[in-house]
Amino acid sequence: MKVNIRLFASYKDIAGKSNFDIDLPDGSTVDFLVKRVLQHYPEFIKKPENLVVAVNEEYSEHRFILSDGDNVAFIPPVSGGIQ
Amino acid sequence: MIEVTNRVLDYNEICSIAGNHCSGAVVTFFGVTRKFNNNRNVLYLEYEAYQPMADKLLSRVACEAKKKWPIEKLSIIHRIGRIEVGEISLIVAVTSSHRKEALTACEYAIDRIKTIVPIWKKEFFEGGDVWVESLEDISMREVLQ
Repeated sequence: MKVNIRLFASYKDIAGKSNFDIDLPDGSTVDFLVKRVLQHYPEFIKKPENLVVAVNEEYSEHRFILSDGDNVAFIPPVSGGIQ
Repeated sequence: MIEVTNRVLDYNEICSIAGNHCSGAVVTFFGVTRKFNNNRNVLYLEYEAYQPMADKLLSRVACEAKKKWPIEKLSIIHRIGRIEVGEISLIVAVTSSHRKEALTACEYAIDRIKTIVPIWKKEFFEGGDVWVESLEDISMREVLQ
């Protein structure tokens, strides 16, 4: 199956692109996808389990099972917390 | 009113948001680009949003606040794109019968916006630029609440 990845802010800058498709085995979880993408872009985050993901515009847990055609956004930390 | 917009915001916005109220209390917050941040001389900010999701989550923040406190209206306007020093990036306005719940709900909404709404800011300063981000482990825990 194929899912579309969307990148924003710092992740977009690191990857040099804002979206791309990725092929995954049927039944793959968000966790599997995150690990696959972080192999290419380890600079995104130190702890993969903390990477925030939205599937079809809803925040999603990493155990969520993806479907063909899903839009998966990798959400960098937003600007709160420090000021 | 919930809005993510490219347009320039000014202090008169508050008249259209809260102009016809007869509530008792109107609490407003304006977020404005600082000239100095972390000892850096800020030139301007660039805000980027995951737009459809940002709209949904701003509405969610307003709903959360309305469930927690007896407020009447909670409006949020977030500007995106390039924002110069001294310009407004965020307006939160709350109306209620009494000041206490409006003040509390306003602060709650600001904190939630800066935690769960997918809007990011890049600071351009003399000598470089940087994405302003929170600690990563805070973000994951908070967004899934």
